[in-house]
Amino acid sequence: MPKMTIDGVEIEVPAGITVLQACELAGREIPRFCYHERLSIAGNCRMCLVEQEKAPKPIASCAMPVAEGMVIKTDTPVVQKARKGVMEFLLINHPLDCPICDQGGECDLQDQAMGYGFDKSRYHENKRAVPDKNLGPLIKTSMNRCIHCTRCIRFATEVAGVEELGATGRGEHMEVTNYVSRALTSEMSGNMIDLCPVGALTSKPYEFAARPWELRKTESIDVLDAVGSNIRIDARGAEVMRVLPRLHEEINEEWISDKTRFACDGLKRQRLDRPYIRRNGKLEPATWGDALTAVAWKLRGASADRVAALSGDLADVEAQYALKELLAGMGVRNIDCRQDGAKLDPSNRAGYLFNSTIAGIDQADVILLVGTDPRHEAPIVNSRIRRRWLTGALTVASIGPLANPTYGVTALGMSPAMLQNLGGFADKLKNAKNPMIIVGMGALTREDGAAVLAQARQVAEACNVVREGWNGFNVLHTAGGRVGGLDVGFVPGEGGRDRDGILAAAQAGEMDVIYLLGADEIDMAKLGKAFVVYQGHHGDAGAHRADVVLPGAAYTEKDAIYVNTEGRVQLARRAVQPPGEAREDWAIVRALSEVINNKLPFDTLAQLRAGLVAANPVFAGIDRIKSAAWGSFGAQGAVADRPFATTVRNFYMTDPISRASPTMARCTAEILGGQTLAAAE
Amino acid sequence: MAMVTADPQDVPKVASFAFSAANLEKAKALMAQYPAGRQASAVIALLYIAQEQAGGWLPRVAMDHVAQVLEMAPIRVYEVASFYTMFNLKPVGKHHLQVCTTTPCWLRGSDAVLKACQDAAHCDVGEVSADGLFSIVEVECLGACVNAPMLQINNSEFYEDLDANSTRALIESLRRGEKPSMGTQVSRQTSAPIGGPTTLKSQPAKG
Repeated sequence: MPKMTIDGVEIEVPAGITVLQACELAGREIPRFCYHERLSIAGNCRMCLVEQEKAPKPIASCAMPVAEGMVIKTDTPVVQKARKGVMEFLLINHPLDCPICDQGGECDLQDQAMGYGFDKSRYHENKRAVPDKNLGPLIKTSMNRCIHCTRCIRFATEVAGVEELGATGRGEHMEVTNYVSRALTSEMSGNMIDLCPVGALTSKPYEFAARPWELRKTESIDVLDAVGSNIRIDARGAEVMRVLPRLHEEINEEWISDKTRFACDGLKRQRLDRPYIRRNGKLEPATWGDALTAVAWKLRGASADRVAALSGDLADVEAQYALKELLAGMGVRNIDCRQDGAKLDPSNRAGYLFNSTIAGIDQADVILLVGTDPRHEAPIVNSRIRRRWLTGALTVASIGPLANPTYGVTALGMSPAMLQNLGGFADKLKNAKNPMIIVGMGALTREDGAAVLAQARQVAEACNVVREGWNGFNVLHTAGGRVGGLDVGFVPGEGGRDRDGILAAAQAGEMDVIYLLGADEIDMAKLGKAFVVYQGHHGDAGAHRADVVLPGAAYTEKDAIYVNTEGRVQLARRAVQPPGEAREDWAIVRALSEVINNKLPFDTLAQLRAGLVAANPVFAGIDRIKSAAWGSFGAQGAVADRPFATTVRNFYMTDPISRASPTMARCTAEILGGQTLAAAE
Repeated sequence: MAMVTADPQDVPKVASFAFSAANLEKAKALMAQYPAGRQASAVIALLYIAQEQAGGWLPRVAMDHVAQVLEMAPIRVYEVASFYTMFNLKPVGKHHLQVCTTTPCWLRGSDAVLKACQDAAHCDVGEVSADGLFSIVEVECLGACVNAPMLQINNSEFYEDLDANSTRALIESLRRGEKPSMGTQVSRQTSAPIGGPTTLKSQPAKG
């Protein structure tokens, strides 16, 4: 632990850190543009100059390692003058277009120019003009503003794992570009917008939409995948303007995926803003009273074993709990939250959680992927795996299809038979310090999914993947609401039917009423002649099939609990009101219970949550992970020799919100369409 | 200096590029000079070979091919190719005239040499002549200051001790398809004094 003196204060700092980090530890703020904690050090903006005793000139603190006895001064006339000089050079070619720049108000250059800028320019030549680049439908470029910090290049290369950005030319002719004028193929590219310290890279969908000081900021969580990334929802009036990442070291650090960030414009389209009832084959607007009465009438008239409910990928915990309680009170046992047909075993929590935790990837040394494609199912998890892999301490192998992973993967095969035939890889798992098995929905959403799950468990047990202090068995979910559904027990009761059973019965005409709680990704044709109630927020497949539509709230419009794939209970918070007559989902179920004369025992969200915690104490620990006890799960059975399938075919459109989003549609066309074009060339 | 910009639209479209068998052999030998996994270090050398094969310039497909051979990301190759001014990202003439205009050559009359190039080759700096035979660029010091002024043609041919007349004659002879002799264009041996040695004419005295 070297001892050094910073601005006259002696401080002991960890060896191996940089002077800039040491200054931060000492409570000194150092201005910077190119330096970023999560990227490699470039040292090219020179803004972080500090004075070091006995050094002939100011040093770039971001690139200087600390040493014993260093004496650093961060606020001397020399430092001030040096930084002012750097700032003057940076501003030579930077346009004076702050009033029309989207970065205005949240711009590092603008802020630091307040501290170190001159009030006038001494440069009277023409400024440099740089052609703007095409980086795809998400990132708008204004390359005149670029100060060549290279953060975007380093992010693309290191974190996103797509080497598509670079600096061409040299000296005054240096340009940050992808050279080929094609959309970036990263699922994480939006983070470059946050990283850009100036307005060179800004959000294309958010172009000229709002100023940061006009926005109402709500700290919430994302539910469009099962990672539960922490986000900040920026809203103005009734409109969600944008979604930004929020720091959570154990989940998303400070990144979010492009779907999380850009799908929010889908919240404005295809919305269900009033109840509908189907009359003469057409959905017609109705009042809440009529709609609820129609549902209650049908529910009361049907026998319990001819009623079923399915909850969808975005369903929150409260709504699933309320609906489960309501239906249980009526004796209905045919309920399932696994609308994708995943053969997850609700009896043992360890059997459906990402037990190692996402942060646990940082310790893993061997990972076996089983029927999962993390890059498209959970880009945040994928970038963790990549970071670990870059250290050289991680080996990754996969059973099942993988599309362009961002790390080296040994392909072991495609079909589940490989699980029993791991060969040398079994030894690798056994000998690893922190081995991980990640089972994806590609392995479980098959008819023999339960048997595959059991086999994966057996591999985990045989290879000692679950040991004292380390549980390396992981399920990577694709749906934000799934773990919550399993935790509240939104699964078939004793003798009840699961999704396959419900659909088969409906097709055979043995179902009278089917209640879809935001379930859109099922084959609606299989619902047969059943009376379908759809409660959700988007006019997607479910609403089109429905006989009664009950308009609910999207994740930005309600205070709700979601549980991520790790089993972490998190709170989504209301940023805006649901549109029109739409209501929070638990309240709809509560209102329905009253019409049915089977009133649920809670009037407020707090009372509901108290009941929830009583039913499953897991929900009491917000943002805490309760490790699940190991046990038996899955079911013995024959496993078909059929290769695992890809579950997320189009990363940009996986749920009703992203399917309604024009931005996601553009991504599908330009990025995925562009990829097929490139492959066809 | 020609502006290096992303994928210039005025560059002709080249459909495909692959090393010839002989050049691939050369490339493999160059790659073998570096430790396994470090073959990307050969990128400059391979780009040179590619530029020669592609006719004096690097179409994007050629850079992509180099990237593929070296197993590196194409953007990393574009970066290198655009950084070094001796890689041409636009087509050049069959004879690419690179006139040195750095101080020593300039003091010795490179203005006249450049003017002679423009007159004789019928094109301006940064352009290709209509017949496709010549293109002209101004370059910085090529290290032949002792025989200034000088110009380089294509990758390795130096012509030195030029003036307006000898430059014109040089270009005319290239136009006729001849191979003018390289090096100095006046009577001297390499960079020895004109008209023979001026010192060390006799054997030093022994002892």
